[in-house]
Amino acid sequence: MRVIPFIISFVVTLALVFALNKKWGSIPALGKFLSPQQGFWQNAESADADRNLDVSFKNLKGKVSVYLDDRLVPHVFADNDEDAYFVQGYLHAKYRLFQMELQTYAAAGRIAEHLGNDPKFINFDREQRRSGMVFAAEKALHAFESNPESKAVCDAYTAGVNAYINSLSESSMPLEYKLLGFKPEPWSNLKIALFLKQMSKTLAGYDEDLENTLSKPKLSFEDLMTLDKQVPDSLEPIVPKGTAFDAPGITPIKPAGADSIYFGKKDTAKVIEYSKPNPINGSNNWVVSGKKTKSGAPILCNDPHLELNFPSIWYEMQITTPNVNVYGATFPGSPNVIIGFNDNIAWGVTNAQRDVRDYYEIQFKDESRKEYLFGGQWKETEFRIDTIKVKDASDVYDSVAYTVFGPVVYDRTFAKQLSQNKAIALRWTAHDESNEGFTFYKLNRAKNYDDYLEAIKFFDCPGQNFVFASKTGDIAIWQQGKFPARWYGQGMYLMPGVDSSYMWQGFIPQNENPHAINPDRGFLESANQRPVDSTYAYFIPGNYITPRGISITEHLSAMEQITPQDMMKLQNDYYSVVGKDVKEILLKYVRENDLDAEAKKYLNMVRNWDLYTSPNSTGTTVYQTWFDSLKVGIFRDEWKRDSLMIPYPAEETLLEWINKDSAFKYVDDVTTSQKETLYDDVTKALQKATPELKKEEAAGALEWTKHKDPIIYHLLKTAVMPFARKVSVGGWGNVINAVTDTHGPSWRMIVQLSNPTEAYGVYPGGQDGNPGSKFYDDFVDAWANGKYYPLWMMKQNEAKDKRIIGTITFTN
Amino acid sequence: MRFLLAILLTAVLSFLTGLFLPWWSIAVIAFLVALLIPQNIGKAFLAGLLGIFILWTAVASWIDIKNKSILSHKISELMKLGGSSVLLIFITAFIGALVGGFAAMAGSSLRQERRVRKY
Repeated sequence: MRVIPFIISFVVTLALVFALNKKWGSIPALGKFLSPQQGFWQNAESADADRNLDVSFKNLKGKVSVYLDDRLVPHVFADNDEDAYFVQGYLHAKYRLFQMELQTYAAAGRIAEHLGNDPKFINFDREQRRSGMVFAAEKALHAFESNPESKAVCDAYTAGVNAYINSLSESSMPLEYKLLGFKPEPWSNLKIALFLKQMSKTLAGYDEDLENTLSKPKLSFEDLMTLDKQVPDSLEPIVPKGTAFDAPGITPIKPAGADSIYFGKKDTAKVIEYSKPNPINGSNNWVVSGKKTKSGAPILCNDPHLELNFPSIWYEMQITTPNVNVYGATFPGSPNVIIGFNDNIAWGVTNAQRDVRDYYEIQFKDESRKEYLFGGQWKETEFRIDTIKVKDASDVYDSVAYTVFGPVVYDRTFAKQLSQNKAIALRWTAHDESNEGFTFYKLNRAKNYDDYLEAIKFFDCPGQNFVFASKTGDIAIWQQGKFPARWYGQGMYLMPGVDSSYMWQGFIPQNENPHAINPDRGFLESANQRPVDSTYAYFIPGNYITPRGISITEHLSAMEQITPQDMMKLQNDYYSVVGKDVKEILLKYVRENDLDAEAKKYLNMVRNWDLYTSPNSTGTTVYQTWFDSLKVGIFRDEWKRDSLMIPYPAEETLLEWINKDSAFKYVDDVTTSQKETLYDDVTKALQKATPELKKEEAAGALEWTKHKDPIIYHLLKTAVMPFARKVSVGGWGNVINAVTDTHGPSWRMIVQLSNPTEAYGVYPGGQDGNPGSKFYDDFVDAWANGKYYPLWMMKQNEAKDKRIIGTITFTN
Repeated sequence: MRFLLAILLTAVLSFLTGLFLPWWSIAVIAFLVALLIPQNIGKAFLAGLLGIFILWTAVASWIDIKNKSILSHKISELMKLGGSSVLLIFITAFIGALVGGFAAMAGSSLRQERRVRKY
């Protein structure tokens, strides 16, 4: 009898195939995953792979040749614009599909659908949807689909992405899909809009209105504005000091009674956002005119600071058609070049940091949330029902009420601490219909200052500092965006939503946005600081960062005969302008006699510190630990006593207080009976930091780079540590080379507008998002060492150049 | 001779079907080869096992050499195999081999079952 062996072996085989074809928790389906012909091995790209390819798609109108250079940068030559955008979509998908999908899933609040049944993911998804991300994307979609040029670009781009997705097989699926066990879904124009809205959230999604509101019982408005000082003494604004501003075109009126029902009202909702964007998402850009450069041509520089990830948020490329010839950094997920240059101009962006979000307290009629009180009447809400899919679990339904302000983000269904009928709605410029992508479309084609000015007018949110230089020698900067015209104090707190007089009364006219052209000093810069000095008429709160603008201004003022190489040095500069002031204070107020031998040793390290946050500097680690300890020593007691959720004051604000009056009110420790002085605080701060520093030193981590331990994660973070890379770099958020631990210059670009153009660039990543490619992380070392690659604006007759490692030909 | 033929056929046919069909086509091939080539169950099992083991080792190694172990090193670390590419290739081949072996065993025992009925 062979029946029994047959049954046994047959069942075992079936069971094995079943078990190995199924994902178990976070372990991928092993048979599928390990199979050399279908699984991850297929993503292990041959180092000398033949990169020549002929493909044909009937969507194309003409022929497109893509020359891949030895850094895998594609140089796209198309017969017409639409074909170029089709190919841009195709290439983005070919090299970055997983990232494009993950980013748009996050934007749309669809993380739980792919990552699983975890309250963390579901709450994230709910907050994304409740803050109107999809609503905003739909409005943006409407805006760009109503513009025939934008629609053509986006349709072609989407078709290109989908052409690539449709060409995928089980074996050619990107690695992350094999690991996580899902498949890409079709791309759409809505996803382009979602991506741009996610940028709005990252760059214009931060405010402290709710934290400020919680502080009301303890801090008066005047107290708050002292802590959140609007115009620091040390500020170097974007618009050079002394520039006269036009008389304001709109003067918002503070509602009668605001002192009692707004500034004075204390019983307000106890809610804080669930996830907030990183407040230090910032950037540097600057431009110098020909009179300060060696070549006589302007030089433009830009380094946007973002979360550093694999794959990078940037993808480098050249797009050439009869109408456009542009090179630069692109966003996978969106058409056009975002930061770059063409034959006539160069441009770059930094974040404006302006507050464009306000919250309103809504009073519902009853628990049904169908009506709310507004202007003395009950007004109907509109509902949007959201279905949140959850992987391996049942769907979660959420209904979001929309008011005249915008979506009700927090009500009892999402924030249990809210009392019945009370809710919080969000007014945010990202919800307004606009077509930011058109700015880049037009910038890619701009020939001069007027074209640039025309292009940026389409840009509403997130507000950006667009720096500009042209071959004709003009330099300029505009802080562009749609910014509410606020009365003094408007929107610093949750506002009454029952009274229409608290609504935004209008927007600052575009021509009054801060700007400067060809200044006498020969340079312009922006680094997330407040754009203007106190003579600007409008109240413009924001999450400003002051120090880098000071450093850049100091350097550029002193420099002459500038070359692109000087600019490389400047973008990688480690000098700490904050450190210089803080070191003086620490040394002045420390009581050396009260220190033990260990602490004295650390004191001497700070004494000998050269003020550069270099990778191997131990002085930086000691200074930073000491200063952090001092900030805690000064503020934590009051913050704890008053249950404050607002961040500590900015470093430059603290320094101003110390320099004006070393006995300012926070110096005293309110938890003790005696009266502390700054001498006590500074000395105690070092004593408290000493054991911590000793521990770090014992672990061999006293060098600055080891202390901050910079790392570039894969987008899946700690789940795939082998895909991450540690890097040894110095810098800090308040120095020009703004590398922290996971955050920093995500693309460095230098363009000299000479004939021919001389351009350099680098980003911490690689062109291919596939961890199995040698192009996955090949720029990282150059980036970490402050090196650059020449940016090659290729001409089509250079197709035989030895830098070309492959040609992809697209025909219809 | 039959044993070697079975190994060879299992490997070659699995490779060819693997170009078009899902990974588990190795089970189908090992099963069919064992059904067609008369051998005792033990030998058939071994032939299925070795056929897939050799195929998967060869393909994975070839890919790995050309890739300079960039990815296998990372996946090996991810699977807590200490970053060893060789160990990862072995585990890959072993998992495929298990499926091939049992499928061949099933094929072979089905064949002998028929033979019993004939006589």
